[in-house]
Amino acid sequence: MNRGQKNFKLRRTGSAAYNLAYTGVSSQLQTRMRTAKDAHSFASEISMKRMGIVCCSVLTLVLLAVPLLAQQSPATASAATTSASASSSEVSPAVTDKLTQLEQKVTAAQSSADNAWMLVSAALVLMMTGPGLALFYGGLVRQKNVLAIMMQSFALMALITVLWALVGYSLCFGGSGPFIGNFQMALLRGVGAIPNADYAATIPQSTFMVYQLMFAIITPALITGATAERMKFSGTVLFMILWFLVVYAPMAHMVWGKGGFLNASLGGRFPTLDFAGGTVVHVTSGVSALVCALYLGKRVGYPRQPMPPHSLVLSFTGACLLWVGWFGFNAGSALASNGLASSAFVATHFGAATAAIGWCVAEWFKNGRASALGAISGAVAGLVAITPAAGFVAPMPALGIGFIAGLFCFWMVTKFKGIFGYDDALDAFGVHGAGGTIGALLTGVCAQAVINPIFGDGKAVGGLDGHWGQVGNQLVGVLTAWVLALVGTIIILKVVDVTVGLRVTEEHEVEGLDITQHGEEGYNLEV
Amino acid sequence: MMKIEAIIQPSRFESVKDALLEIGIEGMTVTEVRGHGRQKGHTEVYRGREYTVDLLPKVKLELVLPDQLVNRAVDAILKSAKTGKIGDGKIFLSRVEEAIRIRNEERGESAL
Repeated sequence: MNRGQKNFKLRRTGSAAYNLAYTGVSSQLQTRMRTAKDAHSFASEISMKRMGIVCCSVLTLVLLAVPLLAQQSPATASAATTSASASSSEVSPAVTDKLTQLEQKVTAAQSSADNAWMLVSAALVLMMTGPGLALFYGGLVRQKNVLAIMMQSFALMALITVLWALVGYSLCFGGSGPFIGNFQMALLRGVGAIPNADYAATIPQSTFMVYQLMFAIITPALITGATAERMKFSGTVLFMILWFLVVYAPMAHMVWGKGGFLNASLGGRFPTLDFAGGTVVHVTSGVSALVCALYLGKRVGYPRQPMPPHSLVLSFTGACLLWVGWFGFNAGSALASNGLASSAFVATHFGAATAAIGWCVAEWFKNGRASALGAISGAVAGLVAITPAAGFVAPMPALGIGFIAGLFCFWMVTKFKGIFGYDDALDAFGVHGAGGTIGALLTGVCAQAVINPIFGDGKAVGGLDGHWGQVGNQLVGVLTAWVLALVGTIIILKVVDVTVGLRVTEEHEVEGLDITQHGEEGYNLEV
Repeated sequence: MMKIEAIIQPSRFESVKDALLEIGIEGMTVTEVRGHGRQKGHTEVYRGREYTVDLLPKVKLELVLPDQLVNRAVDAILKSAKTGKIGDGKIFLSRVEEAIRIRNEERGESAL
């Protein structure tokens, strides 16, 4: 009953949107995430079947309960009448002309709407790195290292941008090879106002390009959580450049690029569902973070000497900015301002909420108190885990994924790390590696065609649809990310170690990286 | 002339200050300090890692007074700073040889 009603609503709103926005738009809308059009037709098929059973009661309920729908019904009806009369009578050239004009205007209107949302999303994702992540990490380090960790995030905002313009975008999204892009769009050749129909048919390719750039910026920035308080700035810069080229670019192409062997909608062998970067962003950065922590070794004095966060106020502010920015990250990954974006927005928010609760509940049981650091760490863990799932799961599974991620990452950070004794200073692996991995696997379980029929109309998507094989595909995607990150990072660390060096001297580490690496201090509060 | 050094709970500072004002003592030097006596510290937990914080925040007052005021000042501090729990602090008294006012080079008790 409830479900029937839901499907019915979906159908009605879906068809209204179709009439308004999609008439006349050519069928080239094959973005990496299917658009509302697909969702509409699939949802309507299901609801047609159920309609026979629950038709009358649902209709009464909907009309009574949802005034909005009642308002839409006449509009839909009149649109239907118009098209019926147009097809039955003679069509004069003037009418055809007008229709063509109308089609163009509708296309332009949709493009404007999508572009507006995507530009905002791109800005939101940049906000996640600076100030979001910079504040989050900045508060967690000791006072003497606050600028150094913030500077690493900021440097990446500049560095990766230049790399992206030169070759990065092309290596991720050029060509259609299985493992990595090509140089076809190097120096952003041909990237302008015309959409790239393979990826996002309704927005200028410049928008798509700059949106994807923001992902490439935050991903390496996440790793700095593991290397915090002991890695040289010069070593960090070289490491990040190489890491972007060797690990990020291939992984992004394999999952999101046309022909990539993990791509779910553009001809991949093992279609991996990764809506906004569970594997591409979080597993790669998290696993690389673990490798870095092991290779660099522990900080001087760890774990004997207390190293409490110097300002949880900064971390708290940063985490809240991350939460808000994540709406651009996940809902923006619909690459359009459509129903799928709303669905991803909701899932993202729900996942963050239950993960914060999960972490706090675990703390409450263990320590007798819920902490602010626990709540924000949990929220970030939930946002990580819901990232691959956002555009595939319904709100209820999103609540579940978040809660599981909150508990699992709590265990990873408080227990697992202690057992193995590695010094992942700010828990980049415990939150991003662990959260990304469990999120990617749970995506295979919880993805539903009702939300996103990515494999075609009527085809099952995830385990809840009965397609348990998808969990296997997800496993292939996760393993690929793990192996690429492990091998790539070890090689890069070796190269950087023998060239510019990785770790600061012990004296410099004790004095603090702000002074020794940058010649300044975060706080000069005394007169 | 005697110097009184009183280390007290930060939460009692305002009432100590008021009590001293009441008996006519207007000058004092106040410092925020950290330390511990028998109280020891407390435990903080960050992402499962426990830290014992040994040094607790305290407030240190320093006053130099003419001999006849010292007993009343000590009484005032004792009354206003006491909570009855461990960690209330201590008062130290010591003799002061000389006091000089920088502005006009006055010496002795009149410089206080």
